[in-house]
Amino acid sequence: MEAFGLLLHGFAVLLTWKTLVLMMVGLVLGIFVGVLPGLGGPNGVAILLPLTFTMDPTSAIVMLSCIYWGALFGGAITSILFNIPGEAWSVATTFDGYPMAQQGRAAEALTAAFTSSFIGSLVAVLLITFLAPMISSFALKFGPPEFFAVYLLTFCSFVGLGREAKHKTLISMSLGLLLAGIGMDTVSGQLRMTFGSSELLRGINFLVAVIGLFGISEILLTMEERLALRGHAASISLRVVLSVWKDLPKYWVTLLRSSFIGCWLGITPGGAIAASFMGYNLAKRFSKDPESFGKGRIEGVFAPETAAHASGTSALLPMLALGIPGSGTAAILLGGLMVWGLNPGPLLFVEHKDFVWGLIASMYLGNVVGLVLVLTTVPIFASILRVPFAAVAPMIVASCAIGAYAIQNAMFDIWLMLGFGVVGYVFKKIGIPLAPFTLALVLGSRAEDAFRLSMIGSGGELKVFWSNGLVGSITTLAIVLLFWPAIDGLLARIGWMQRSRTISR
Amino acid sequence: MSQTDLEIVVDDPTAPEENSPSVTSSGTVEIIVCLLLLALAAILGYDNWRTGASWDSTGPEPGYFPFYLCLVLGGGSLYGLIAALLARRGAAETFVTRAQARRVMAVFVPTLLFCLVTQFLGLYVASFLLIAGFMRAIGKIALWKSLVTAFLFTAIMFVTFDIAFDVIMPKGPLEAAFGY
Repeated sequence: MEAFGLLLHGFAVLLTWKTLVLMMVGLVLGIFVGVLPGLGGPNGVAILLPLTFTMDPTSAIVMLSCIYWGALFGGAITSILFNIPGEAWSVATTFDGYPMAQQGRAAEALTAAFTSSFIGSLVAVLLITFLAPMISSFALKFGPPEFFAVYLLTFCSFVGLGREAKHKTLISMSLGLLLAGIGMDTVSGQLRMTFGSSELLRGINFLVAVIGLFGISEILLTMEERLALRGHAASISLRVVLSVWKDLPKYWVTLLRSSFIGCWLGITPGGAIAASFMGYNLAKRFSKDPESFGKGRIEGVFAPETAAHASGTSALLPMLALGIPGSGTAAILLGGLMVWGLNPGPLLFVEHKDFVWGLIASMYLGNVVGLVLVLTTVPIFASILRVPFAAVAPMIVASCAIGAYAIQNAMFDIWLMLGFGVVGYVFKKIGIPLAPFTLALVLGSRAEDAFRLSMIGSGGELKVFWSNGLVGSITTLAIVLLFWPAIDGLLARIGWMQRSRTISR
Repeated sequence: MSQTDLEIVVDDPTAPEENSPSVTSSGTVEIIVCLLLLALAAILGYDNWRTGASWDSTGPEPGYFPFYLCLVLGGGSLYGLIAALLARRGAAETFVTRAQARRVMAVFVPTLLFCLVTQFLGLYVASFLLIAGFMRAIGKIALWKSLVTAFLFTAIMFVTFDIAFDVIMPKGPLEAAFGY
């Protein structure tokens, strides 16, 4: 029950007026970016990150994570009222959410979405509270080989399990790792890939790249589309909220199943989108009448929203415990940690107790406050969409530039941000995924350090990655995941052959 | 509560037309990107090979990791290049239509100018010009609304960053005239 005591301490850290105000500001900003077309979780966090540079780490992470919760809540508003998924993982919410709004049950659908988001996050936060300290204390025994094996696992699972074309994931990841290597080599102190440029000496800052890749490119992409909107207005009355809540126990199986799927997929990298679809599909399959899904069934809102939020939240677990982000947004938060001078990884739980438990406590509090906030203010936020994009776009561009400059006080970074904006735009259009790039850029130098330190330790023997049971099984698992599509195909073929043999008998 | 009628309607008068002709196909862009990435892999690979990409007594030299990454990147791009060249025979998918390209340029060019102006006049003046100009010229929003919005946004940013949080932004002659 040590975790419980520490959590209470976390609440004590949090319950100051300043933090509570920051929390509200973060939530409002988050819902704002979640509702705006073309902006979502990672973009919002990336753009608003510079606001936090001069705060102390605890206030900063509380505000940023609240921006993230807010963005998650905000995505549901546009999905249900306007049939526009603010995020890829809100797509499944539109299947039943929008039909409900068309039938005049918008308030019900919104309440269901917010409540299930809340439940999903809550389950994931509970998991973090009890599992993260255990994992991190276990990881304290990790040496460089173990860490490298875990990094390798992360990279390999992206390539092997990702749905994009394999060579594109590989391109995106190797490019990220390469760019992470530009500048001073941390082990030998030698310069690499700088070509004599003093600007490149600093290396390419992760956050500058992210602001360009997600912020600027998103603006360019959004402009391509028709920005006209037609949607429903809704206000939520207490009566509707209570009637939805009264029915909640009926759906406990769906909620529990989706939370479980979400947590599971959230911890493995890149899972939120898959989680929401899987939650929806399983709810449909196990339902007594699957035909009614897609026509405005409240379970069709519960299932994907719970799963998406559970996975969005549990993506923070590996980031806190191991320093490995489970999603794009978690990667940006990790970048933030470094800016505030914190070294992500298992030591965080030992050296910065206040910070970690403040963050975990803020997940509980942020979700409760967020739920109340969205339930009461939906009409206001829905009308944000009336603000013309021509006013929003230049403000976002200016904010991005402020953010990019503030990181290292370098004009060069503003140009770099613009360059990454173009790269992000082109990559997104030809289907090169950006998440592996982001992950590689933030983990690149640490993965390389871990590899080279293991090599120095072992005298250049690659066998060190199989030197004990733990590191050996992680490394093997990584390689299996890398070749998973081939292995899966092979297994399927064997199964098919056996089946055809039994049939022929 | 019955509200089956649509209640929030936002129009987009300058939306790109649906039937606009294609500027280029995705396949062509993929080929160009793969070629660029191949070139990048070659340049970086050469630089790392020069730095030292072999394995000495203490393990890998500084260029070792990046050198092999360049090989991976080069290999991936080469595969992408061949795949894109082979796929060219099929139906071409539109990368961007002319109308879309016009709209994207309508954001990209002002952003480029904004970066340039920032370098000489400072970020706040550039932001003001970008927001006011964009709202007026692209969004066709009334001049006074554009000016007021731009001024408010810039002022809020200035107070937030330069005064409240001490995050110093690049400044130009205008700020200097006021003593900042």
